[in-house]
Amino acid sequence: MSAATTDWTRRTAAELADALAAGEVTSVELTRAHLDRIAAVDGDADSGVHAFLHVDAEGALAQARASDERRAAGAPLHALDGVPIAVKDVLATTGLPTTCGSRILEGWVPPYDATVVAKLKAAGLPILGKTNMDEFAMGSSTEHSAYGPTRNPWDLTRIPGGSGGGSAAAVAAYEAPLAIGTDTGGSIRQPGAVTGTVGVKPTYGAVSRYGLVALANSLDQVGPVTRTVLDSALLQDLIGGHDPRDSTSIPQELPSLVEAARQGATGDLTGLKVGVVTELSGEGWQPGVKARFDETVALLVDAGAEVVEVSCPNIVHAIAAYYLVLPAECSSNLAKFDAMRYGRRVLPAGVEAPSAEEVMRASRDEGFGDEVKRRIIIGTYALSSGYYDAYYGQAQKIRTLIARDFDAAFEQVDVLVSPTAPTTAFKLGEKLDDPLAMYAGDLATIPANLAGIPGISVPAGLADEDGLPVGFQVLAPAMADDRVYRVGAAVEALLARTWGGALLAQAPELEEVAR
Amino acid sequence: MPDTPPSLTREDVAHLADLARIDLSDAELDHLAPQLSVILESVASIQGVAGDDVPPTSHPIPMTNVFREDVVVPGLTAEQALSGAPAVEEQRFSVPRILGDEQ
Repeated sequence: MSAATTDWTRRTAAELADALAAGEVTSVELTRAHLDRIAAVDGDADSGVHAFLHVDAEGALAQARASDERRAAGAPLHALDGVPIAVKDVLATTGLPTTCGSRILEGWVPPYDATVVAKLKAAGLPILGKTNMDEFAMGSSTEHSAYGPTRNPWDLTRIPGGSGGGSAAAVAAYEAPLAIGTDTGGSIRQPGAVTGTVGVKPTYGAVSRYGLVALANSLDQVGPVTRTVLDSALLQDLIGGHDPRDSTSIPQELPSLVEAARQGATGDLTGLKVGVVTELSGEGWQPGVKARFDETVALLVDAGAEVVEVSCPNIVHAIAAYYLVLPAECSSNLAKFDAMRYGRRVLPAGVEAPSAEEVMRASRDEGFGDEVKRRIIIGTYALSSGYYDAYYGQAQKIRTLIARDFDAAFEQVDVLVSPTAPTTAFKLGEKLDDPLAMYAGDLATIPANLAGIPGISVPAGLADEDGLPVGFQVLAPAMADDRVYRVGAAVEALLARTWGGALLAQAPELEEVAR
Repeated sequence: MPDTPPSLTREDVAHLADLARIDLSDAELDHLAPQLSVILESVASIQGVAGDDVPPTSHPIPMTNVFREDVVVPGLTAEQALSGAPAVEEQRFSVPRILGDEQ
């Protein structure tokens, strides 16, 4: 891109905020630029990136106009006022459909805003639309969306990760500078890794879950999806904080994340103790993932950090524990989709005057996809009398063991690091009907959800064998989100020096879709 | 703890789907039952990992009941609450019959 052209979609959110403050651009211009980009590359279920399920051009432009008016009137503004954003379709938004990627909520427009959405609106961020996702956030590829998959902007034949593939692909394709994601087992961090973007799962309870359609209450967390660590920090500082409407919301304030990101960007990590998790060190994983990870760890040493290896032995049980806790919680949570009060109602064929229960069964059969059905049935089994102790009870005990492993590790080191995912983006369709192969990819991200600790994924480079992005994960103790921002920003700054810019600058240009 | 290695028959899956109020077709049962057995076998590896001395964790942060002052705050209007309902009658959710023939 030449300096003469001003393509606002290529700027970071922090740069856009500065440009707005300096009067170089209006929010309407920024918002229109992103809507044009969406129209150019997003396409639909069959072609293009397909990051969005709903685009709200009219609403976003109205919010942008209001932002410009506030600015012209000299009102005190949030730093991100006027910077547009995309929201994962699992958060309730008044006036905009909220489908969770499911047929059972097709066309549903919530009567209230999620707290995170209310905060975005109050701060003046125009909402461009709702992003695609695996149905009810169950999946690692966005292929389980009932509305067709999202495609990876690096290679449209590959998955963008999941469940938040839409949010990650939207920022990777310059369709939005910022997006909101949710992370239950890696749904922010793994899409970040495979699209060459940044994603943060905050400490459990650091961001309100009110208005987030629950997949697994004890694991879900809302977080930022962006192209830079500083942008994620700006966004988490905005959406975080205590919410009286969420009883699991933590009443304490986190340290300033923007400050932590700025400190990390100096690239100086003198005195920091970093632990490489033995069980997640990349042995036996895709060679290019392991190579980029090892190089990044070496950079941390050069930056003054002390790196040691730390074992968290119970992590080997994390996937099994997760795939019991999650189905158990989701089978209970999704019981509310009963076709009585909201959502799609399907009348069973050939039944005269069907009962409520018959309507419920037919609606849930037609409304839910395969992966949702698989997990509801496994969860129903794990919670049933006679199996509860052996499955769900054991899984809960393993959460304790994993949390203890992390506690012990964080007595020795300040942060833990690993590759975010064992492979780069795989081909669409490759693992669609092999649930276990899909689940195995969540190994490195799941432990943080089980223990409630924060984690970030930042780009670590491209794998030699396929030229696709690799993610580097940083984990910290609960409430120490500032550490993942500090180290994430340091990694970003150090790698940008070796690349001569952002990793995304190496992504191929997207072709415009036919309109 | 179950003594036999876990596996789910087609009938088991039909029963669980019934408990979960999902009408699975024959084709879906054929497709899902083998997959569910494989998933269950793989997660069964956790049995016996943690002893009786390990307390379970239901939430990653300490959970206590949260109270607030009993003050009136704005809520949804009846119209808003009913806005997504499949059927509405006299400001109420309209549902199919809830009693069986024998009741």
